[in-house]
Amino acid sequence: MEKLSYDLIVIGAGPAGLAAAAEAYSCGVKNILVLERDCEPGGILNQCIHSGFGLHTFKEELTGPEYSARFIDLVKQCGIEVKLRTMVLSVDENKTVCAVNSTDGFMEISAKAIILSTGCRERTRGAINIPGDRPSGIFTAGTAQRFVNIEGYMPGKKVLILGSGDVGLIMARRLTLEGAEVKAVVELMPYSNGLTRNIVQCLEDYDIPLYLSHTVVDVVGDKRLEKVVIAKVDEDKRPIKGTEIEFDVDTLILSVGLIPENDVALSSGIQKDYRTNGLVVSESMQTNVPGIFACGNVVHVHDLVDFAVEEAKKAGRAVYKFLSGKLNNKNFIQIKNGNGVSYTVPQKVELEAVDDNLNIFLRVNNVYKNKFLVARSNGETLGKFKKVHLVPAEMQRVLLNKKQLENASGEIEISLEDE
Amino acid sequence: MYDVLIIGAGVVGGSIFRELTKYNLKVSVLEKENDVSMGTTKANSAIIHAGFDPDPESVVAKYNVRGNEMYEGLCKELDVPFKRNGAMVVAFSEENMTTLETLYKKGVKMGVKGLRLLSKEETLKKEPNLNDTVVGALYAPTSGIVCPFQYTIALFENAVSNGGELYLDSDVVSIEKNDGIFFVKTKDGKEFKARYVVNAAGVYADEIHNMIAKEKFSIRPRTGEYIVFDKSQGRLFNSTIFPCPSKMGKGILVSPTVHGNLFIGPNAVDIDDKENKSTNQLGLDEIKKAANITTSKINYRESIRNFAGLRAISSTGDFIIEENDDVKGFIDVAGIKSPGLTCAPAIAEDVVRILKEAGLYLERKTNFISKRKQVRFMKLNVDERNELIKENPQYGNIVCRCEGITEGEIVDAINRSFGQISIDGVKRRCRPGMGRCQGGFCLPKVLGIIAREKNISKEDVNLDKKDSFVLLEKTK
Repeated sequence: MEKLSYDLIVIGAGPAGLAAAAEAYSCGVKNILVLERDCEPGGILNQCIHSGFGLHTFKEELTGPEYSARFIDLVKQCGIEVKLRTMVLSVDENKTVCAVNSTDGFMEISAKAIILSTGCRERTRGAINIPGDRPSGIFTAGTAQRFVNIEGYMPGKKVLILGSGDVGLIMARRLTLEGAEVKAVVELMPYSNGLTRNIVQCLEDYDIPLYLSHTVVDVVGDKRLEKVVIAKVDEDKRPIKGTEIEFDVDTLILSVGLIPENDVALSSGIQKDYRTNGLVVSESMQTNVPGIFACGNVVHVHDLVDFAVEEAKKAGRAVYKFLSGKLNNKNFIQIKNGNGVSYTVPQKVELEAVDDNLNIFLRVNNVYKNKFLVARSNGETLGKFKKVHLVPAEMQRVLLNKKQLENASGEIEISLEDE
Repeated sequence: MYDVLIIGAGVVGGSIFRELTKYNLKVSVLEKENDVSMGTTKANSAIIHAGFDPDPESVVAKYNVRGNEMYEGLCKELDVPFKRNGAMVVAFSEENMTTLETLYKKGVKMGVKGLRLLSKEETLKKEPNLNDTVVGALYAPTSGIVCPFQYTIALFENAVSNGGELYLDSDVVSIEKNDGIFFVKTKDGKEFKARYVVNAAGVYADEIHNMIAKEKFSIRPRTGEYIVFDKSQGRLFNSTIFPCPSKMGKGILVSPTVHGNLFIGPNAVDIDDKENKSTNQLGLDEIKKAANITTSKINYRESIRNFAGLRAISSTGDFIIEENDDVKGFIDVAGIKSPGLTCAPAIAEDVVRILKEAGLYLERKTNFISKRKQVRFMKLNVDERNELIKENPQYGNIVCRCEGITEGEIVDAINRSFGQISIDGVKRRCRPGMGRCQGGFCLPKVLGIIAREKNISKEDVNLDKKDSFVLLEKTK
């Protein structure tokens, strides 16, 4: 077997992987291999044919494929090698990647650095344990989207959508435009889990009702789905008897959350964060294994690809630093989520490695109005940011500059506070 | 004219079918569904029970230990995974311990090998993830785990390659006997003639029996619900954990599967609808609650699927395995509840004996092929993988990333199937879609491969049963 070796292997050619590869290249890392399991680069954006991507990065509204194309072109211009239809089976701590495809066969490839940009997967019916029959006609939103947008097939005509995450909302509109009747979107939480603009543009514009604090309690159908029963839930999210509503539908679409696809990472002993279900990373997007970096949805699920790309670029630059021996990998201080905050990324920081600003992404755990996001360390307030409106679906950012960080000693806690 | 006609393509029908293809006989199986292993065989605990549990006087007891002993060899011949992982019946009170002692004595009497009573310390040493309120256990090292549908499909593939005939979508509506010959009619108008009929119709065995026999019996389905967990939970237990048994069955188990997942279940509820395989919230809550007595270590966020299966409980409460007194040549193999999967190979041997005693002439084939092979890419070493890919590049294309299943294996499954094949049919044969994403990524791919290999349109590919279509029509 041929032993291949590279300075950098990027696993996953979605927008994060492509942006990371291009950024590393432009910093001076030249010997790069990108591995992608699909038959073309671009990742999940290839099937996101609606517009609205790129407002932050390109200051214009692009479709998913257009957005991906920018990075595909960039990677092409750099002459970076991309292996398509290639599945990575494992990554080990010594940075050996095992992968397989039809032309090269089974490969063991060694790298000086690795970037994991494997994206995320959808939560399924089984993960949320919806009871009932097991007929055909139940899809995750992404699978349904693939059927409609890539394969050109309608999964069904009478549709109910569970979960008001962005993919579910987008599919409500998409299926309506394709001639299906979307009877309702049902959401377990008392608030939507999608971006406000998607609630307006995908549901309200098409008069699709949104049932908040409801969930699916039964699925009926021997062969194809025939009926879905929903019910209102109480404060503990348990269905309330007597509130059932039946929908005669042939299709149930689940948009019930995304989970970072970190199985390859975990095979190499990389630390997982049980809050994000993604990987624990530093300010440089480095995992606990020196030289293995991660970015995009494998770290935490983003609502905007622009932010995934921003992280990816940071990872690309950090790989250059790592290969030039400029990352110490010591003196990490922890970043903790305090009151009202469900997680932060990064989870730890090496203060000497911060270039200009320390960027902390976070999500809040409920809907809040007029609050302050406060960063504290050892009783010292590092920064305080006024937020008018906060929802779990919209990722927040706390930016601390070098001067503010001078006061940091011990762990940094980010919490949500009143005046 | 067939020598033997078997009704029902579950593990019992399949075991008898394969056993009979060892002889120079014309044998066929009629199955009402569009694939084999579609009833009780597809949804059960997948345990090869050691045999300490049945009443020693029962028919069940005749087959349990023998069936268990046969599995290892059969799974080797048929190239399906089997693991003797051992089982533990755990006690959480001194009263339970008394029951275990009785079970132990009963088991020893029935010839179960290696049975041992364990102290609290020994129990927790073997299974540290049990709740430490456990007071002791009965350990049965011969208990095993298998994949019931891969096993059953393999039985049928092997029997068919040895000349047996299988008719799917063949729902039997009437059986008559004239001049020593059975005339069996199906819903779609086919008629089969046979000298002997074996009724292995699972929860429908009563209806088949009552079509021809004077003395009627009934089968009532007893549903049981299960939750399956991601492989991340599969290492919590080495052995299959049973609570102390009750009269409704062996209780709610916690067990690893032969593929490395973990499952909990089943509960036991007698129902009337033989097609009702739905789960419900109360049932799922019930099995969780029961599993929590055994262990508090399961991460319920890692569940990947729930399902229900039906056991066939006969009105006698026992297996009914006999030639009918009035209708000679009609053999019932009915009421095959747990441990039916375990007993199936031993039942098959015995049914051959019954047929022989009923006058069937048996002559061994000289060219019987006992072995069957299945490529499992992820189980191969590096050199074997590369050789395979060189021969057929489809083995280099991984379609299901959760389980590591290649296009080559999927095409193999389609080629080995019995005519038609559904997405779940492929899944049961080689596991794409069995993993944590439950087909989220591979469903469109598997669907496309079936359409391509079978040269049918994508709208005609079924998820499982007939008419369980996935795609409605092309977009405009």
